[in-house]
Formats: sequence, structure tokens, C-alpha cells
Amino acid sequence: MSDTALPGSNRPAARNLFAALQLDTRLLGMIGAFVVLCLVFNVFTDGRFLTPRNIFNLTIQTVSVAIMATGMVFVIVTRHIDLSVGSLLATVAAVMAVVQTDLLAHPDVLGLGHPAIWVLALIAGICVGVAIGAFQGWMIGYLGIPAFIVTLGGLLVWRNVAWFITSGQTIGPLNETFTMLGGIGGTMGETASWVFGLLAVGIVLWLQVASRRRRASHGFPVKPVWAELVLGAITTVAILGFVAILNAYHIPQARLKRMFEAVGETMPEGLEVGYGIPYSVVLLILVAVAMTVVARRTRLGRYIFATGGNPDAAELSGINTRFLTVKIFAIMGGLCALAGAVASARLGFSTNDIGTLDELRVIAAAVIGGTALAGGVGTIYGAILGALIMQSLQSGMAMVGVDAPLQNIVVGVVLVVAVLVDIIYRKRTGE
Amino acid sequence: MATPLVEMKDMCISFGGVHAVDHVTVDLFPGEVVGLLGHNGAGKSTLIKILSGAYKADSGQILINGEEAHIHSPRDARSYNIETIYQTLALADNLDAASNLFLGRELTTPFGFVDDDAMEAETRKIMGKLNPNFKKFHAPVKALSGGQRQSVAIARAVYFNAKILIMDEPTAALGVHETQMVAELIEELKKQGLGIFLISHDIHDVFALCDRLAVMKNGQLVGTAKTTDVTDDDVLGMIILGKCPPGATPGPGALVEEEAAS
Repeated sequence: MSDTALPGSNRPAARNLFAALQLDTRLLGMIGAFVVLCLVFNVFTDGRFLTPRNIFNLTIQTVSVAIMATGMVFVIVTRHIDLSVGSLLATVAAVMAVVQTDLLAHPDVLGLGHPAIWVLALIAGICVGVAIGAFQGWMIGYLGIPAFIVTLGGLLVWRNVAWFITSGQTIGPLNETFTMLGGIGGTMGETASWVFGLLAVGIVLWLQVASRRRRASHGFPVKPVWAELVLGAITTVAILGFVAILNAYHIPQARLKRMFEAVGETMPEGLEVGYGIPYSVVLLILVAVAMTVVARRTRLGRYIFATGGNPDAAELSGINTRFLTVKIFAIMGGLCALAGAVASARLGFSTNDIGTLDELRVIAAAVIGGTALAGGVGTIYGAILGALIMQSLQSGMAMVGVDAPLQNIVVGVVLVVAVLVDIIYRKRTGE
Repeated sequence: MATPLVEMKDMCISFGGVHAVDHVTVDLFPGEVVGLLGHNGAGKSTLIKILSGAYKADSGQILINGEEAHIHSPRDARSYNIETIYQTLALADNLDAASNLFLGRELTTPFGFVDDDAMEAETRKIMGKLNPNFKKFHAPVKALSGGQRQSVAIARAVYFNAKILIMDEPTAALGVHETQMVAELIEELKKQGLGIFLISHDIHDVFALCDRLAVMKNGQLVGTAKTTDVTDDDVLGMIILGKCPPGATPGPGALVEEEAAS
């Protein structure tokens, strides 16, 4: 029995490469599937799928579901489920819409277009989301009602609470600053995007070096230097490549002209300006980083995974699993609020049917991303990749011109097959 | 005589009208191993779970070093340096050895983040002493053999300077070699002055490892005895019939002489 992480053991050369890089083979498989999917769609759409414009759109369409999927990972890891996320999103979106258009925009309060409106509305939404999530978590943890039932009830309740908040009307137009959270209406521009990208590269490389130093200082085995260099190079190329693609999607000339006219200038001839990274994507990245830190580097995350792996053991180790449940659902509620902000900002309105069926997309994203319903296993990046795969599949089929009923059939089949492949993979590797 | 490390006086607990533990009194001295014996469902595990904080007693008093202790949760028990190795090992299968060893008591960096490297270093140190063959520090404990899992559970109990150790069937899932390892460890811990409650089905084990034994039947204490004062057959009689032999101190659950004669 030898430590699988120990390098330099006598293994066949082919496995040695992956062993030395210590990459998650599951993640590689998912990325591989995603790449194949994109290439196939690209062929069938005569190269329209992998254009900067479509990649940009795919990214902003994924954000809302991806944000919620990171929270769903915690929920499913602890052997619960949350069916209410789509409805909760609607309630929170309605609250944020009413707060910004009725309450804060009132001339006696802040007045229409006040710069603080968006942030206050967002805070109000997050508070409501966290409160509702915590309430559902309390019913699950302390009253012992199964999460499936509590959130199934929530699915019906919150969808219609949203209806009452708005009296069934579509609320809008939303505050202009607020709608910048939605995607195409709010991007960083080329220069800021490059700065952001370089900053991200710097942080990633610094973390890599710091981690290696720490391991070496404890005398643990470390990866060979070439493996570290390869990993560093891959992440650098990936991050900067992503920025380059988003920058390559240029603002249409007519729109650019209007933007110049709005500030009273004329557009120079032949000017090309890229959109850069949308703020909603920045939000998703921040959420992903924060959730990954929580999962890997905090006690809360450790307890979430321990409870998912063995609830009895967690309790006997002195972990308050009931309060843990409240925290997990509160986090889920807060993330629904962020997702609701992005979704309604993207539309520019809060509608009654916003987030309909999102619970299924979110659960599917988490599960395709490798979160096991049996509990204890799941990753944040997996869930985000899962959301991206789902969205690519859907919009790719729409671009190819697949009939709507067939699209849903394919998505359903892919979900089941993805989980089957995962089960087979886990059996083989004995994980 | 010195003050006992642990005294559980007149403990009672019932579940839905069943007296799982019925007025049981046991004690434990430093550097002593007390074996708890009895049939399945005799109440040994329940009794011990009161001490480890998993169950709350209906009545009774627990004294630690002569002072009354209030144990309402596993965390309370740990604050009295009571550590438990459960029969089921109570490990989170999806986490690695270090995470399990420190579960609920993680080492953190000055910023409050979990310090995995420090925990791995400590785990490597203690496993080096307990089970030098242990190498799988990054695998989830699900991937470990029974003996390796057992050494993780034992490491978790002894790492935090336990004064009182509870072992629930520590050798049930182990091979000959690993059982020997546990026996040596118990001897070592005794020398360090720990008190150990050992729950076992195996009379042979109890005679080999324990200084005293206490036998329970139907939630009641049949009697306690020094292992040197009784024979295998005496103990079997206590377990099966509830008959207290002359060498033992009878408890409330002992068969009364006249009844035994009739």
C-alpha cells in the first residue's frame, strides 16, 4: 500500500503524467466533454457557436443558474435538496424590484435614479433571501421536516408570494445602475478586463507558489517543478484567453454611436470597442471563489462535508448539525437573491415567471458537476461547469434548429447519462 | 482509597418505557481498565454513551475526579478529556485521515482558516507512533482497511490528551495482528495513567486487558469483580443468568440467592 500522492513511485509513464500534475481526472473528463460538445455545435452551426459573440452570450446566460448551483452543492452534499430556488428567486426579484421602483425611487426617499438605489435594493434582496432560506433551514434542521417537503412547499409558496408582492404585474423598468448587473448592459471594457485578468493570473500563481512552499516547509512531498510550471501555464492561458475572447466581442457600431451621443461627443471613424468582462460574470467569479474558500478552508465547509459523509460521526464530533442546516439554507437563500438580481437585471424587469424551472436547472447543474445525491461529495467548480454545459447544450441546440420538444428530451437524457457515467467512474476508481 | 477518575452513580435512562439503563453505578480509577460486559441490548453501550455525551441521562450523577460533571453533549465530554472510540468508528468516510482526526477541533491559521498542512503534519507524527505502516494521508478513509480506519479512530481519541478513554468493541473488526496492536496500545495508555472503559463481547479479551469488569443484564448491573477474583465460567454465569459469584460485588441486577436456589 503506497501513498497515491507520492511522486516518483514506479508507475507506467502514461499515468505518471497525470499523477505528477495531480489533476482531478473527473474535472478533465468534464472539460473534455464540454470541449467536444462545443466543437460539435460549432461544426453544425457553420462556426457560429464558437464566436466571441456567442461565447459572451453563453457566459451571461449561465451566471444566474451557476450562482445558485454553487449553493446547491452545499445543500446536496449534506443530503438535502432545495426545490424552492426558482420560486425564491422570483420572490426576491420582486422584493428588489418593488424596493427600487416604488420605495427608494419615491421623490421623498431617494428619488429616481439615485446612485445608491441599486446597492440598497440588492442588500434588501439578500436580507430577504437569507431570512427565507434560514427559515426553511430551521424547519428542516430543528423541526425535522424533510428538505424535499419543506422546499416543495416553498416552491408553491414563494412563487405566489412573489405574485402578491407585485400584484401580478411586471415591475420595471429597473434602476439603470441595477441593470448593469445583468450582463450586456454592464461590462468592464477592454482595459479594465485585461487588468482584472492579469490580477487573477497573479493571484493564482502566487497561491500556487505559497502552497508549494507551505508543503515543502512541512516536509511533505511536492509536485515536480515542471508539473507546477505546466499547471501555471495552463491557468494563465485559460484566464487570459477568456479575457481576450470577451474583449473580442465588439460593441455594435450603432450602439457605440448612441453611447457617444449620450455624452455629447461624436464617435471617431473606425473605432472598435470590445465589451470586456460583464459585471455579472465578475459577480459569479467572486461567488465561486468565496464558496470554494468556504468549502475547502473553513470549519463551516469541513463540517458540511463531514455531515454529508456521516451525519452521526459529525454529531458525535460535537458538530451542531441542526444549526449547520440553517446556515446552509441561509447561504442558498442569499445566493438566490444574487441570482435574482442578475436575472431581473438582465431582463430589465421583474416578471412573474422569472426563474421558472430554475430549481431543476440548478439541481441538474450541480449533479452533472459531480455532486452526489448520496451526500459528502461535490465541488463548486464542478457545479459551475455543469451549469455551463447545460446552457451550452440548450442554446447550441436552439442555434442548430433542433425542435423545442427534442431539446428537452436531449437535456433530460444527458442528465441521466452524465450521472450514470459518474457512477461508473466512481466504481472504477473506488472513490 | 484514591478518588476515582470517574464515578457514575445511579444512572437511569429509558427510551419509550424501556429501562435501557436502570440504576447503574460504576467507577473507574486512573491507570485502570474496566471491562463492561453483557448481551446485546444489555445497556452497556447506552451507559457509555451517557458518559460520552451522546445521550442525556434521565437521572443519576457523574463525578469526574470527585467533582460533579455536567455532560450534555459530545463537546462537554471532550472538555472533561473524555474521548470515545465508537464501535462504528464514527468516521466521515469521504474525508481524509487528518480531517477526521481533527473533526470538530480543526487547527486554524491566524486568519481563522482551516490549516490542512499543519493538521497533516500532526497526523503524520501521531500515525508514525501508532501505526508506522500508515501512508494513505490523502485518501478518503473509505479507501482504508479496517485496521487503518481503527488506527485513525484511536489516533483521534489519544491525540487530544484524553484522561478517560471509552472503547466500544475496539477489536471487533480487526485481524490478529491489529488486535495485538490495540492491546499494546491499551497497556501503554494505562502506564500513562489513563482510565479506560472497554466494552466487549469477548471474555478472553476482557481477561487479557482489563483489571476489573462490570456485567450488565437487562439494563441493570449484575455485579463488578476484579478479573483475578473470578473465572471465565463465573463471568458467563453473570452474563447469561445474572448470577453473581462469591468473588464479585453484587449489584441491583444480581439474581437473589433464594431465587437462584428455587
